[in-house]
Amino acid sequence: MNRFAELLDRLAYEPGRNNKLRLITGYFREVGDPDRGYALAALTGALSFKHAKPALIRDLIASRTDPVLFGLSYDYVGDLSETVALMWPRRVPRHDESFPGHPSPPPSPARGEGAQLRVQRQTRSTTDRDSASDGGTTLSVPSPLAGEGQGEGYRGRDADESTHSRNHNNPPPPTLTEVVTTLRTLGKTELPKQLERWLDELDETGRWALLKLVTGALRIGISARLAKTAAAALGDKDPHEVELIWPGLSPPYLDLFAWLEGRGEKPVNRDPAPFRPVMLAHAIEDTDFQNLDPADYVAEWKWDGIRVQAVAGRDEHDKITARLYSRTGEDITGSFPDLVPSLRLPGAIDGELLILREGRVQSFNVLQQRLNRKIVSPKLIKEFPIHLRAYDLLGDDANDLRELPFVERRERLEMFVKKLDDPRIDLSPTVPFESWDALTAARADPASAGAGEDADAVEGVMLKRRDAPYLPGRPKGQWWKWKRDPHIIDAVLMYAQRGHGKRSSFYSDYTFGVWTAGESGDELVPVGKAYFGFTDEELLQIDRFVRRNTTEKFGPVRHVVHEADKGLVLEVAFEGLQRSPRHKSGVAMRFPRISRLRWDKPPREADRLETLEKMLKGETAEVEA
Amino acid sequence: MRPQDILLPVASGLCCKPGGFHIDPVRPVERAVITHGHSDHARAGHGAVLATQETLDMMRLRYGENFAGTTQAIRYGEEIRLGDVSVKFHPAGHVLGSAQVAVTAKDISIVASGDYKDAPDPTCTPFELVPCDVFITEATFGLPVFRHGDAANEVKKLLASVALFPERAHLVGAYSLGKAQRVIALLRQAGYDAPIYLHGAMEKITQYYQSRGIALGELRPVMGVKKAALAGTITLAPPSATSDLWTRRFPDPITAFASGWMRVRARARQRGIELPLVISDHADWDGLTATITATGAGEIWVTHGQEDALAHWCQSKGLRAKPLDLVGYGDEGESETPLQDEAEA
Repeated sequence: MNRFAELLDRLAYEPGRNNKLRLITGYFREVGDPDRGYALAALTGALSFKHAKPALIRDLIASRTDPVLFGLSYDYVGDLSETVALMWPRRVPRHDESFPGHPSPPPSPARGEGAQLRVQRQTRSTTDRDSASDGGTTLSVPSPLAGEGQGEGYRGRDADESTHSRNHNNPPPPTLTEVVTTLRTLGKTELPKQLERWLDELDETGRWALLKLVTGALRIGISARLAKTAAAALGDKDPHEVELIWPGLSPPYLDLFAWLEGRGEKPVNRDPAPFRPVMLAHAIEDTDFQNLDPADYVAEWKWDGIRVQAVAGRDEHDKITARLYSRTGEDITGSFPDLVPSLRLPGAIDGELLILREGRVQSFNVLQQRLNRKIVSPKLIKEFPIHLRAYDLLGDDANDLRELPFVERRERLEMFVKKLDDPRIDLSPTVPFESWDALTAARADPASAGAGEDADAVEGVMLKRRDAPYLPGRPKGQWWKWKRDPHIIDAVLMYAQRGHGKRSSFYSDYTFGVWTAGESGDELVPVGKAYFGFTDEELLQIDRFVRRNTTEKFGPVRHVVHEADKGLVLEVAFEGLQRSPRHKSGVAMRFPRISRLRWDKPPREADRLETLEKMLKGETAEVEA
Repeated sequence: MRPQDILLPVASGLCCKPGGFHIDPVRPVERAVITHGHSDHARAGHGAVLATQETLDMMRLRYGENFAGTTQAIRYGEEIRLGDVSVKFHPAGHVLGSAQVAVTAKDISIVASGDYKDAPDPTCTPFELVPCDVFITEATFGLPVFRHGDAANEVKKLLASVALFPERAHLVGAYSLGKAQRVIALLRQAGYDAPIYLHGAMEKITQYYQSRGIALGELRPVMGVKKAALAGTITLAPPSATSDLWTRRFPDPITAFASGWMRVRARARQRGIELPLVISDHADWDGLTATITATGAGEIWVTHGQEDALAHWCQSKGLRAKPLDLVGYGDEGESETPLQDEAEA
């Protein structure tokens, strides 16, 4: 458990993806079965046990510490698991503990002349007040001081915690396997005692990781995909291969690791509803069109939802199993239980997950309310009815269709959807066009080109070669995406903040604002934050500008000069706007990025808030605060 | 005589009226008794300064020859008479030359411990426990969440990272007086014998440590070293430098920070630290409470840091305790001038 905790601890601070991978792969290499398998399960969210409630953790700490000290500590740290992990006092036997053998500090060359004056009294008891008040005698205890006998059971402070526990014949700290397997079978009433025992046995990082694990709140910025990629790297395999066999695997993944280490056969995915690697599109550039013949392509709307693969298959008892996968192969079925009953026919649909209300596609802002929810309540399901808009069929019953040309798959898809005859699943319509000019016009005005009232949820068009088979990855020349042009505004740089990792020496996070009427004339109000879109060269230029034009500093944040005639205008591109009571300006941008630096433009000529408010009219959704 | 007749907190610091001096005054005073060389305790411009030789040397290094009107060096264990009180210096274990000041008048003795730690440190004289009636303690880490563990384990963590990422440079932020030298000494104790690189701002003070007989192995200035040559190396720098322009001379640097604050994750993340090293030159919670108990003092005055929690703990143990509300110590804000970096932890 401590080694796993160490990994989590390190991952929590590491910003770089590649370095995270190395840390995880390093762990898999170093740690044996079955611990590493349970670690992989923890990182991919594949562990299932009943999570402990925060109230239970509070009760545990309350039974051992002073409530005032806990309150002050919690205020300071701000995270329950971490506070408890840090301040958890060991239960030290109060009377039978003799003075533990503290090592004397190493001889120091700097030991002052006063050293010879000191009286060494090694056996001094810290609770023995009488001897301490015997006037001016200078005493010296070997440092560090002993900490026993303080009535709260703080451990005798000392070097290594693990040697400390060994000294007292304490059981060794639990392994990750022990924790996971115990939690699986443990009754609710036994949980507090068990947790308490583990907290006593683990070190600080171990306690932190344990509490994160049992409360189900790891949150260390590792996706399941990343963990699987790290596992694949152990055996120099393509992460895709791991993804394909993943649904057939279960913790502690002994067969997977055996294969990765060349000790066993590749595990077979016997899942009745396996994921198939998805086909992706290239962004089309203006210059690409001259080499493309419109007759070779079919166009569809590009929906502003979530790409999913909805798979249904028959298991060995001939029962239908249905699963929903993200484009990276993560099983997200649990988040959308309301779609499962609609997946009645065996097959694999490639499509877009959307929210439909009264037949109308809602904007991405609305869909977002359903994402990353831990609990899918009936209310959520009712208010945000899920819908699948299908655009490809990869499998029909037991038949693999991926070798067929797109137009044939499309025909099969149309039949499949018709046969399903389900209100939650429909076809993504094609967009007829004869020339690139006609398609340009359709893309510019989806509402009049067939998208009708759903036009707001269209973020461009997709072009698919009629003869393209379904190929994994991003094959050249087969599928193209042609996104709607982003919205653009000119905003003024107001604050800059240092970036992380490689960018930690750069001011690379920018808050920008637009003009609005204030109490004493026009003033800038912040409307968003962006930290990409610029080139490396531009980053250097902005960084230099920030450093030379800082008016105030607040920790890592710098106020950058932003007056009518002094300041830097940034051209900001973004995909959409939504109302947001959380922001002073009342609007929030989606996917904002710096598209150009307008050194030529004085700040007074930057855009006004009213411009954004006008854009809002098209956006219907409001974000709940 | 009551304790507050001997020592009283005033705007300029702890004032000893019967002795006619201030301890660690934050404003220029006629006579100052200085516990240690960090800039929030040792300031320039006093009339007369009484401190250990090391502290006086450090003040001279930092502020120049004329940092005070006159100076007087005092040794650990040495007792001198000032006005109606006697003053005795005892090692505080905080940094080289750091001292606790015991002030005794008639039958009352007060120990102003300055900053102290009871953990082993190869670069300074170990903390000495001084029994007293009133103990003045810092509370930088005066919350039970601050328990610092063994610094040697933190250094092991650093060395493991160096082994895992041999093509990257490791930048260790460390306050340039005390912490930097301690980290270097710990690295040497752990068997690391490669040259260690130094930011320019810590060269002078580190050389001073070496001149006092503290072995730190081969140290090199990082200035002028080629980027590629810094792969796999360890460089020590003031904390503010580890996130600034200066870091661009290193190959894909990993930023570490050796500080007691690193115990709390949010603190580390706020600063963009990738490798927090919990190494503190202040006593942690267990150290504070154990020391307070061991002094036998019946009254505890708590200064800079988390005064409330520590005072509460004292009271719960039946000790009289009050926060002193002194200002000007332990300011930890991000600063880009190397000098203020010693407002340390």
